[in-house]
Amino acid sequence: MNKLRLIWKGLIKENPTFVLLLGMCPTLGTTTSAMNGMGMGLATMAVLILSNIVISCVKNIIPDKVRIPSFIVIIASFVTVVQLCMQAYVPELYKTLGVFIPLIVVNCIILGRAEAFASKNGPLDSALDGLGIGLGFTLSLTVIGAVREMLGSGAIFGHRFITGDGMLIFVLAPGAFIVLGYLMVLFNKLTAKQRQ
Amino acid sequence: MEYFIIIIAAIFVNNVVLAQFLGICPFLGVSSKVSTSLGMGAAVTFVMAISSIVVYLLQYYVLVPLGIEYMQTIAFILVIAALVQMVEIILKKVSPALYQALGIFLPLITTNCAVLGVAILLVQKEYNLLESFVFSVSTALGFALALVLFAGLRERLELEDVPQAFRGTPIALITAGILAMAFMGFSGLV
Repeated sequence: MNKLRLIWKGLIKENPTFVLLLGMCPTLGTTTSAMNGMGMGLATMAVLILSNIVISCVKNIIPDKVRIPSFIVIIASFVTVVQLCMQAYVPELYKTLGVFIPLIVVNCIILGRAEAFASKNGPLDSALDGLGIGLGFTLSLTVIGAVREMLGSGAIFGHRFITGDGMLIFVLAPGAFIVLGYLMVLFNKLTAKQRQ
Repeated sequence: MEYFIIIIAAIFVNNVVLAQFLGICPFLGVSSKVSTSLGMGAAVTFVMAISSIVVYLLQYYVLVPLGIEYMQTIAFILVIAALVQMVEIILKKVSPALYQALGIFLPLITTNCAVLGVAILLVQKEYNLLESFVFSVSTALGFALALVLFAGLRERLELEDVPQAFRGTPIALITAGILAMAFMGFSGLV
C-alpha cells in the first residue's frame, strides 16, 4: 500500500510539470505531437529510474563534498546509454527529439530526485519513486502533446479525425507556451476544488 | 555576410528561448525584474562565449582524435560545470565589481540547458572556431533580449488584476506565447 502511494504521488500531488514546474525545456520543446511527448517522457523515465537505483546504491561511498558532480556523471552515463539505444532502435523519434535527448542530463527533475530522494532511501523505494515521477512526467507530456496535436493538425497519435488543416500555430513555438499555460490553469482549478 | 546571417538568425529568427525552448527555467525563474534579468543575461553571455571555445577545442582536439565522440554528453557537462566554477573563482579575484554583479547568477548557469544545448548544436552544425564563437555570443544575446523583454512585460503584469487560477506561472506562460508569436514575425528574415 505504502509502495503504491509512492508511485501515485508522482502522478498528481507532486506532478513534476504542473506542480513542481521542473523540466520545462523538454516539456515545451518536444510536445509537438502526443507520440513525441510520450517518447520524451519514457526516455526521461528510463534515465530517472536507472540513475535513482544506482545513486541509492552508492550513496554511502560518495563523499558529501563531491556529491553533485558524481550524480551528474552517473546521470550523464545513463543518458548516453539511452541516447545510443534510441539511435539504434527508434531512429525516427531520435531525430525529431534531437538535442533534447542529450539535454536530459540537465533536466532538473532527475538531479532533483537524486538529491531529494535517492540519496536518502533504499534502491527499491528509489526505483518506485523514479517510476512514479517518470510516469507523472510522461503523462503530462503526452497530454500536452495530444492537445497540441489535436488543435494543430486535427489528429491524435497520428490518427486524423478531421479533414483539412488544423490551427498550425499550436504545433509551432507559441502554441507550446499557450497550451501549457491553459492546461496549468485547468490543473490549478481542479486541484483547488479537491483541496477544499 | 555569413557571420551577419548567423547573428541575425540566432538572435531573432531562431531565438533560443522563444523558438528553441532552451533555458526556460531561468526565463521563468529570474524574469520578474528587468535589473536581475539583465544580470542573468550578461552572465550567460559571458559563460557561453568562453564555453563555445572550450567545447570546440574539446570536441576537435580530444574527442574526435581519440574516437570517443559518444562521450560527448558526459565530457561537455563536466567541462561546462568546471568552467562555471572556474569563471566564478577567477572573477572573484580579478574583478570583484563584476563578480558582485554576476555572482549570484553564475552557479545557476550550470543547470541552464541553453549552455549545454548550444555546445551540442555548434558541433551538430559543424561550425569552425570563429563561427562557433559568433553563434554562441549571438545566441546568448538572443537569450538576454528575450529575458529582458519578458521581465518588462512581467513587471507590468504584476500590477494587473489577474484571475486566481491564472496567477503566477500560467499567465507568464501565456504571455510568453504571445511574445513568441511576435518573434515569429522575424521568420522570413534570413
